[in-house]
Amino acid sequence: MSGGSSSAVAGVVAGPAGTTEGSSAMMDGQAEAYNFAYLDEETKRMIRRALLKAVAIPGYQVPFASREMPMPYGWGTGGVQLTAACLRPDDTLKVIDQGADDTTNAVSIRRFFQRTADVAVTERTAEATVIQTRHRIPETPLREDQILVYQVPIPEPMRFLEPRETETRKMHALEEYGLMHVKLYEDIARHGHIATSYAYPVKVEGRYVMDPSPIPKFDNPKMEMAALQLFGAGREQRIYAIPPHTRVVSLDFEDHPFEASKADQACALCGAEDSYLDEVITDDAGTRMYVCSDTDYCGTRQAAGEEAR
Amino acid sequence: MIELRDVAKTFTLHNQGGAVIRVMDGAALSVAPGECVALTGASGAGKSTLMRMIYGNYRAASGSIVVGGVDLAGAAPREIIRLRRETLGYVSQFLRVVPRVPTLDVVAEPCLALGMAREAAGERAAALLSRLNVPEALWGLSPTTFSGGEQQRVNIARGFAHDYPALLLDEPTASLDAVNRGIVLDLIGEAKARGAAIVGIFHDLEARAAVADREVDVTAFTPGQAA
Amino acid sequence: MTPLLDVRGLEKRYGARIGCTDVSFDLWPGEVMGIVGESGSGKSTLLSCLAGDLAPDRGEVIFDTRDRGPVDTVTMSEPERRMLGRTDWAFVHQTPRDGLRMGVSAGGNVGERLMAVGARHYGEIRTQALDWLGRVEIAADRIDDRPRDFSGGMQQRLQIARNLVTGPRLVFMDEPTGGLDVSVQARLLDLLRGLVREMGLSAIVVTHDLAVVRLLADRLMVMQGGRVVEAGLTDQVLDDPQHGYTQLLVSSVLQV
Repeated sequence: MSGGSSSAVAGVVAGPAGTTEGSSAMMDGQAEAYNFAYLDEETKRMIRRALLKAVAIPGYQVPFASREMPMPYGWGTGGVQLTAACLRPDDTLKVIDQGADDTTNAVSIRRFFQRTADVAVTERTAEATVIQTRHRIPETPLREDQILVYQVPIPEPMRFLEPRETETRKMHALEEYGLMHVKLYEDIARHGHIATSYAYPVKVEGRYVMDPSPIPKFDNPKMEMAALQLFGAGREQRIYAIPPHTRVVSLDFEDHPFEASKADQACALCGAEDSYLDEVITDDAGTRMYVCSDTDYCGTRQAAGEEAR
Repeated sequence: MIELRDVAKTFTLHNQGGAVIRVMDGAALSVAPGECVALTGASGAGKSTLMRMIYGNYRAASGSIVVGGVDLAGAAPREIIRLRRETLGYVSQFLRVVPRVPTLDVVAEPCLALGMAREAAGERAAALLSRLNVPEALWGLSPTTFSGGEQQRVNIARGFAHDYPALLLDEPTASLDAVNRGIVLDLIGEAKARGAAIVGIFHDLEARAAVADREVDVTAFTPGQAA
Repeated sequence: MTPLLDVRGLEKRYGARIGCTDVSFDLWPGEVMGIVGESGSGKSTLLSCLAGDLAPDRGEVIFDTRDRGPVDTVTMSEPERRMLGRTDWAFVHQTPRDGLRMGVSAGGNVGERLMAVGARHYGEIRTQALDWLGRVEIAADRIDDRPRDFSGGMQQRLQIARNLVTGPRLVFMDEPTGGLDVSVQARLLDLLRGLVREMGLSAIVVTHDLAVVRLLADRLMVMQGGRVVEAGLTDQVLDDPQHGYTQLLVSSVLQV
């Protein structure tokens, strides 16, 4: 997906004509038994059609026929299917889990696509054309020629207050979103402030309320970005999307406004004060340190710091 | 103010073979403002039945019962509700209230229903209760546990809370001592003086003589007994 | 003057079986109407049809809306009907579990309708919730407790607060005192009567308890086999019942 700005969306929809058809399965390095990027072309087409609708109705949950993937539910089967439907042979893929490129989940998904699609992979946010993520948005701002694919466990933001899917669908359809504020009200009543710190609900383009997947609320403001954002929930068989430069507003109260909070510390490794930090406990005595959760961001800053020295 | 013409009443007992009992026929009555008419006749002659028909509690089989311009025999429920709220008061022998509601509120309710401010309605209720010698200690309690005489006085206070232009009194002095009976008769006299049309049942002959301007013997309306 | 609710020829069938049929009546502002009848008489079906929870097969339910005047709620759009359900209508269920969110605090339960119509100021929502808890005699310090920790009577009062907070004009009640102790029933009835009077509410109360309608309702409809067999002033219907079924019903009540 190396085309210009507008082709990010168009490419997804139309598919990379020719390049992923039969012949591509014979490419060097790709496991021969599989079609390009594991999924068959009809399935990819089905997913792209769902994506087209998702992009057209920002924040709306589009049902799709989620396939069995060679990994358990909860490991990113939704995100993997979206990535598979988007990938072209000349793409560069980055996979992160909680911001890190080197965790088990990230490594296995990256390897999966190396094996089934033989695409280039990278850990550098700026070099990637497709980034699949679980629980984070990279610190480095994304560009219009990039796609961010989220893994989503539970796509329905109102699930825990209204378990009936028939009812929540109707509430979405009729824009009855009072219930979302009940959730925030409960937070303030119980904790004195809005304690929801991840999967913080947003309203997309003034219409659909959406679960941004379990990213920290620190990342919420970043969702108004240049890149196309796609969300896939494999077990729940739902796809939704935020097109580039779409308005994404975090819900709040007038007297308890949304705050994109993070630990009030600087990264112990790179010194960054503007990035989301993980708390790491370093010994049995409870000594802790704070480090960037975005390993690429942290590594790049550390390298730059050493060069400067 | 109160005008009855050719009123008849039947009871149809569907669960006893559909027996139809005709209890009243050709009842007529006219009460002017400021006038008190006493209904007389032996027990079972139909005094209470007639009174209940005037209140709209019993349905007339035929004829017309006009109170303050509304014909209760054919009026829609909401017209009767409104008539009872604004025009037609009723002091029955029995107190029927929501349990646990304080006496003061029970008495104030007719005024509240007419939109009077809570404080003013409370004051009016308090004045009536004191006048009727209901001890202030009881005002905060529900009247459901009171003695017969106390309940009766609460009932009267409630019936006089609003200055109804038409009043129905069913044995208002029945279980009262001489002092309280006198007070109730005064209340009735005052109501007449301000122009209320009153229909009453008084077994207490002295009381009847004291307030009634006329007597109407309902035996005349009893089928088979009329001449 | 226009009736608040004007029901004409309402019918609901479950296949060949009649839920309710040929029901017509009007309800005026400030009136409380009771609907009595035994189980299966169609009173709950009728209530569901009136409240828009069930689509009738025939007939009209014309409600005098604030902005558009009388509108048939059967044919109005679903969003509009649901909006009525959150604003001008209220529904007090027999089982608090059906009318409350058991996992949400008392304050959140009361605040939900406010938030549903756009309230976005936490402090104001909380102030209103506290006011309403007070009006239904729930102590202010229970505002953050969940209804599952409340007694049955408190749950029912919370349900009333939750429903009335948006100042509705028409309240549907389905056996509002069912399952409560008699002493708790009395308190609830008194509360309801006071609220009806102060807020000028109209209400339709479905119950099988004649004592409840006598104390709460101005008017009464008696249903049997899906049909209204008798209607009129509450005390008139109860004291001088005309229909055989009503006579049976009234004579079956145990006297205390």
